[in-house]
Amino acid sequence: MAKTPKEPTESQVMPRGKQRWVEETLRPALEKNPERPGPFTTVSDFPIERLATSEDLADFDPERDLAMPGEYPYTRGVHPTMYRGKLWTMRQFSGFGNARHTNERYKYLLSQGQTGLSVAFDLPTLMGRDSDDPMALGEVGREGVAIDSLADMETLFEGIPLDRISTSMTINSPAAILFAMYLAVADKQGVAYDKLDGTIQNDILKEYIAQKEWIYPPRPSLRIITDIMAFCARSVPRWNTISVSGYHIREAGSTAVQELAFTLADGIGYVQAGVEAGLDVDAFAPRLSFFFNSHNDFFEELCKLRAARRIWARVMRERFGAKDPRSWKLRTHVQTAGCSLTAQQPYNNIVRVTVQALAAVLGGTQSLHTNSMDETLALPSEMAVTIALRTQQIIAEESGVPNSVDPLAGSWFVENLTSRMEAAALDYIRRIDEMGGIVDAIEAGFPQREIAEASYHYQMQIDQGEKSIVGVNKYVASKDDESHKIPILKIDMSVERDQLEGLRKLRRDRDDGRLRKALADLERAARGGDNLMPRILESVKAYATVGEICTCLKGVFGEYREQPVL
Amino acid sequence: MSNPYSSQSKSATTATPERKLRLLVGKVGLDGHDRGVKIVARALRDAGFEVIYTGLHQTPEMVVSTAIQEDVDAVSLSILSGAHMTLLPRVIELLKQGGGADIAVFAGGIIPDDDIAELKQLGVLEIFTPGASTKDIIEFVRTRIHPRRS
Repeated sequence: MAKTPKEPTESQVMPRGKQRWVEETLRPALEKNPERPGPFTTVSDFPIERLATSEDLADFDPERDLAMPGEYPYTRGVHPTMYRGKLWTMRQFSGFGNARHTNERYKYLLSQGQTGLSVAFDLPTLMGRDSDDPMALGEVGREGVAIDSLADMETLFEGIPLDRISTSMTINSPAAILFAMYLAVADKQGVAYDKLDGTIQNDILKEYIAQKEWIYPPRPSLRIITDIMAFCARSVPRWNTISVSGYHIREAGSTAVQELAFTLADGIGYVQAGVEAGLDVDAFAPRLSFFFNSHNDFFEELCKLRAARRIWARVMRERFGAKDPRSWKLRTHVQTAGCSLTAQQPYNNIVRVTVQALAAVLGGTQSLHTNSMDETLALPSEMAVTIALRTQQIIAEESGVPNSVDPLAGSWFVENLTSRMEAAALDYIRRIDEMGGIVDAIEAGFPQREIAEASYHYQMQIDQGEKSIVGVNKYVASKDDESHKIPILKIDMSVERDQLEGLRKLRRDRDDGRLRKALADLERAARGGDNLMPRILESVKAYATVGEICTCLKGVFGEYREQPVL
Repeated sequence: MSNPYSSQSKSATTATPERKLRLLVGKVGLDGHDRGVKIVARALRDAGFEVIYTGLHQTPEMVVSTAIQEDVDAVSLSILSGAHMTLLPRVIELLKQGGGADIAVFAGGIIPDDDIAELKQLGVLEIFTPGASTKDIIEFVRTRIHPRRS
């Protein structure tokens, strides 16, 4: 974008000030006491200068680049009052075993002051497979809750009024199916769709890039997503239809800048797909939300969130011509970095999570999940998840951080780092545009290669001691030290047996005629151009399983196969 | 000690003068967490071993069939989904049935201590948990994995 020419100001005289300091004060000091060997870089290997001064903001225009909270380009936050108005939503991702176990955990978390639910599904559900699928062997209920059909979903939300909570569901390739089940539960509870508040992750592009939980190839997957966007714009107006996710990109080993760039490139891909499907950008863009990671490097993380808001606002307004300010605002959830936690001395993870959570809050997040200290070992125990929630509550109630809106704005260092990360991300986005957009870039393996490279580089830095991880390559305790020991949650093998029994019963008792008709109608819609959502809704109400619906759609759309990139 | 990351490193081949060790590195089950396994595969390759990477979503049957066809000396599997108590014993069982009882199996992932003890009893040679360095894994392969036939 064009820069406004500026009169020489005090800031352009200042370099002499910094130069003077270097010569008169710094050099003699360094001669006496040299600095630590470094390198002085972020956890992502982004170089950090010794000292930021106003000289580092020579091209920075506070009116244009920073503005005020709640105003374009939202660098200082999407709400004018931020946490003075309303604290961020404390939303712990949770699910394990069967729907009954998870329903009990949800009721516990709500009773402890949690303000929203976040559903973790087990791996077979995430991959669109039933619990009795041969590939599901050993995975049922292990990483999340097993949901095969509407019957499980009814149990999951039993006694939880859907018009009084907001629910986030981490589900991607089969998102339309689990969302339809949620709608069917709302129907049974007598809750109107326009009272429903929540999010489906529904971000398939990052699956090909990072998380690898795909079913269909990219292009039909995008068609399902645009069908959901169109359906919600009409019928479920408060639902967030996609949570464009950098979290998994980062967990797969990307740098912070790559996370920023590939996530926004995915967002651009979805908006482009919506526009190409004939939707008005302002009809669906306000319902897109984001999901970022928060790793250990405090300033890099909070600057990443500030840069993300600025880039997105400009992309939406300038590139897509969105007119509704709600389309310009990047609202985000943040989760602290699972990959930063250590199995060694796991209690130290509480401290890591605190630093990461604080960065997310100072970066202006709308909701937050703090990881439990034991998550490199197993799903969290109740004690561990309670400490993680208390960490947020201490930041909110005791630290004083939420009292002032975007308190770090104007720091030379923070604004400079924000701008440098923005520029580096824009460079990636430009390269992706030149490849024809994110789908083409993914098909060419570009983000996948960049991430694999970064993750290998980081591991080498750790193995060679260039980057420190306390308890892993520095300050290591002996293997049998008490500090490694922690009680962990065990998932009983009986979960799988019970789930299979329930599924057998469901298949025996449901109305086969209604089921067959619903799936035949769904297949016809998939072959044609009709919106799939009403057909999927009818299928789940006929108690079609997740696996049966996915098998039906695979017959039309095919299955994705990856060329692995080492 | 020579740099284990250099592809010029000769130490892997001096340990086994007849031929390079052949290793199958893979993901079994639905688990898509492949950050670690890809780093391990690349580090082992750079250390001079022959590495066959299976890619994602392999069944135990697929892994064992590839291991036997490719005549590997060891199978190295990554599991972060909690399914290790089902999938690893199954791979060992199928290797025995398929004439590959002498193919070593080692693994990495999110695997609690209690399970490690049990898996080792069942025949898993070693298990690497979060925080393991590629140096440790390379050293393990050099010292504990031997060619099936000379």
